[in-house]
Amino acid sequence: MSVDLVLNVLIAGVLTGLVYGLMALGLSVIFGVVRVVNFAHGEMMTVAMYAATVLFANLGLDPFVVALPVAAAFFVFGYVLQTALINPFITRPEHSQFMLLVAVAIVMVNALLMVFGPDARNVQVDYQLDSFEIGKILIDKARLYAAFAAVLTAGGLFLFFKHSKTGKAIRACADNYLGAKVVGLNVKKYYALTFGLGCVCVAIAGCAMVLLVDVTPPLGPAYTLLAFVIVIVGGLGSMGGALLGGVLIGVSEALAGLFIAPSAKSMFSFGLLILVLLLRPQGLLGKR
Amino acid sequence: MLEAKAIAKSFRGLRAVHAASFEVPEGGIVGLIGPNGAGKTTIFNMLAGVFAPDAGSIFFQDKPIHGLRADQVCSAGIGRTFQIVKPFAGLSVLDNVMVGAFLREKTSSGARNLSASILEKLGLGAKRDLPASSLTLPDRKRLEVARALATRPRLLLLDEVMAGLRPTECDQLVAVFREINRAEGLTILLIEHVMRAVMALAGQIVVLHHGEVIARGTPEQVVRDPAVLECYLGEETEV
Amino acid sequence: MTKASAALAVLAALLIALPALVGNYGLSVATLILYFAYTGQAWNVMMGFAGQLSLGHALYVGVGGYAAGAIFYHWGIGPWAGLWVAMALCVALGVVIGFLAFRFGISGVYFALLTIAFAEFTRIGFDHLDWTGGPGGLFLKVAQRDTWDVANFRGPPLMYYYTILFLTAAALALCAWLLKSRAGYYWQAIRENEEAAQALGINTFRWKMLAVALSAAMTSVSGVFYAFYYNNLFPEQVFNITRSIEIILGPVIGGVGTLFGPILGAVVLTVLSDSLTELLAALGWEIPGIKQVFYGVVLLAVVMFLPNGIWPAVAKRLRL
Repeated sequence: MSVDLVLNVLIAGVLTGLVYGLMALGLSVIFGVVRVVNFAHGEMMTVAMYAATVLFANLGLDPFVVALPVAAAFFVFGYVLQTALINPFITRPEHSQFMLLVAVAIVMVNALLMVFGPDARNVQVDYQLDSFEIGKILIDKARLYAAFAAVLTAGGLFLFFKHSKTGKAIRACADNYLGAKVVGLNVKKYYALTFGLGCVCVAIAGCAMVLLVDVTPPLGPAYTLLAFVIVIVGGLGSMGGALLGGVLIGVSEALAGLFIAPSAKSMFSFGLLILVLLLRPQGLLGKR
Repeated sequence: MLEAKAIAKSFRGLRAVHAASFEVPEGGIVGLIGPNGAGKTTIFNMLAGVFAPDAGSIFFQDKPIHGLRADQVCSAGIGRTFQIVKPFAGLSVLDNVMVGAFLREKTSSGARNLSASILEKLGLGAKRDLPASSLTLPDRKRLEVARALATRPRLLLLDEVMAGLRPTECDQLVAVFREINRAEGLTILLIEHVMRAVMALAGQIVVLHHGEVIARGTPEQVVRDPAVLECYLGEETEV
Repeated sequence: MTKASAALAVLAALLIALPALVGNYGLSVATLILYFAYTGQAWNVMMGFAGQLSLGHALYVGVGGYAAGAIFYHWGIGPWAGLWVAMALCVALGVVIGFLAFRFGISGVYFALLTIAFAEFTRIGFDHLDWTGGPGGLFLKVAQRDTWDVANFRGPPLMYYYTILFLTAAALALCAWLLKSRAGYYWQAIRENEEAAQALGINTFRWKMLAVALSAAMTSVSGVFYAFYYNNLFPEQVFNITRSIEIILGPVIGGVGTLFGPILGAVVLTVLSDSLTELLAALGWEIPGIKQVFYGVVLLAVVMFLPNGIWPAVAKRLRL
């Protein structure tokens, strides 16, 4: 096992991890603000991936190009979902909200199964197999572009929350629901906005991911769990934490796949989740 | 019956309670008063086993109880109510009290009988089958008391139980406590802001300010104490 | 006789006489319904009684099934002995999970995620465990299907039906008895308001652990039944999160924490979905996944409009 191989795998892990991070960022934003456990998060990402495959197959458009319209559509979807389904549920007990999104997840996964069947689909762009060479290190072009898209989106979101008026309002709603209402913020509208933004993350992450893996319906629940692992490991409410957690998981998966067995990758992630839940529930960068 | 010796508690460097000592005689009613932030609730929580004191000791019937868990404190014979009432909303009024009764009663029928009689005593007999969530605030307070009484405590800790009650409701509850204290010898320690109730009930008053005991004595003595008047009661208080 | 007990007696008679009324297919459907009713009831003990949401209950079904199954496969030891091993293992697992969760103060969503993580971890673990057949699965020999061999739990479908019927009835009786007992009151108190429960002398840690252990033990029996009824176990199938969700569908739809909720939910769900599948097959539409979409829609509708489940609404109507 050469150093170069390990390095290559490591870099691939980091890049993939950044895309994971974007997906988890969407969840962190939703969970951190609206306090809703989006159990359909991975399923939404899978829908985005399928959307990219369909648009590529029929229109020949590169996933990075369709990422924007798909993201817009997902924003609307998230906004509507929050307004119509979830907002009425804010005052209900926690497991009720949970069940609601479990139901949405079940419908999504199986609707995908009905429409697309169980066989894997993917996107094959012309630069799919190209890579940049730095000495003996090979970096897949597609992977690099995907990671770049992820970082760009995350950065944009970060700036939005830090500097824009709406972003600050959303943070206020997250910190103090009652307080925000008292100062006249339309909290429900901001919740819907936030959910929409979370879906945008998922949409872009999906369009990026479809270049890296094949998509099948069962990927949905797998990604939901992965998103939760990342968010909890990285820390709830911390945007940097989501990205860091994503990279960590991406790297550990890659290394576990290399040194142990490919199928053992997720085992490592779950083991990590259990450890974090027990020893440092606020995650690496989160606040309690 | 209850003796707190120089108990202290700090939260992240902020000294909430410092070297507080007081006694609650058996069969007596003691009131714990003081301005907000004086440390009353912190003392209460130490007595009830919510957390342990950083220093000092608490003895109940000559046995140490400092550091015990809340459920162990209850088993030892101390019942408590909560400032913000915590009824078991999904259960009926009777079932709420039965939960308490099961501490001493091992059979369902025993628990039911005990609970029913306690509810009668507190004037909630007619409402025993109603869901606890449907009760008004004064009734919820009574339910809270009934539930604590069902554990057959020797000492009852009341945490601002009069808050939010109208004067007539307050007087009714005062009468209930007076009666239980007289008839069954139940010792009571109450934290209160409502002076009307404290003066009517307490045989002894302990005054707290900035985490320290600044006065102790009968209501008449305390009300005239210049330190108490300055920090809490004001000059115009009538007995 | 009260209205309720009369209704119950009629239902019992119906269920006992069922094999004579329906064919083999109907019997297998009934067995499946009762299987979900029983497993849902077992899950209900943890959630409905102690208020701990477990989304990884397939863990106990799987471990229970594999334990009894592997013992039978390797050493020919029958399910009656295997049952105890299965129960012991599952209780130990439940205790570990419960201890970790309660000691570290993990509850609500985090507890649910912890249970999912354990189930997934075990699923992948069993994929690599050769002693239980690995990903290829564990296949139990079926000696015969004609006569009732209770010792080895082999026989006609009728035997399995009556077994699961008995189990479901026993679970119902147990839960009914528990609800009215001190344990039931304490569990409900903990579920409603843990802090208030502690102030009434309840050692909430100990009681929560008890609920978890009982639920795990009951679910392990489900696993043993599953192993000897279907005679094949695959980690991917048995420990899958879809299984865990299937387990909770009945209780959630029927009514979490209620006595009859899990059973009613299992009946409604299976009957409706089977009818739907039949209808669609008759129309020529055989689409994989449509049954699950249906489950999801029903779950959505119930959660939105009947948040306490179907049973409370039905009981109110029938004035039981």
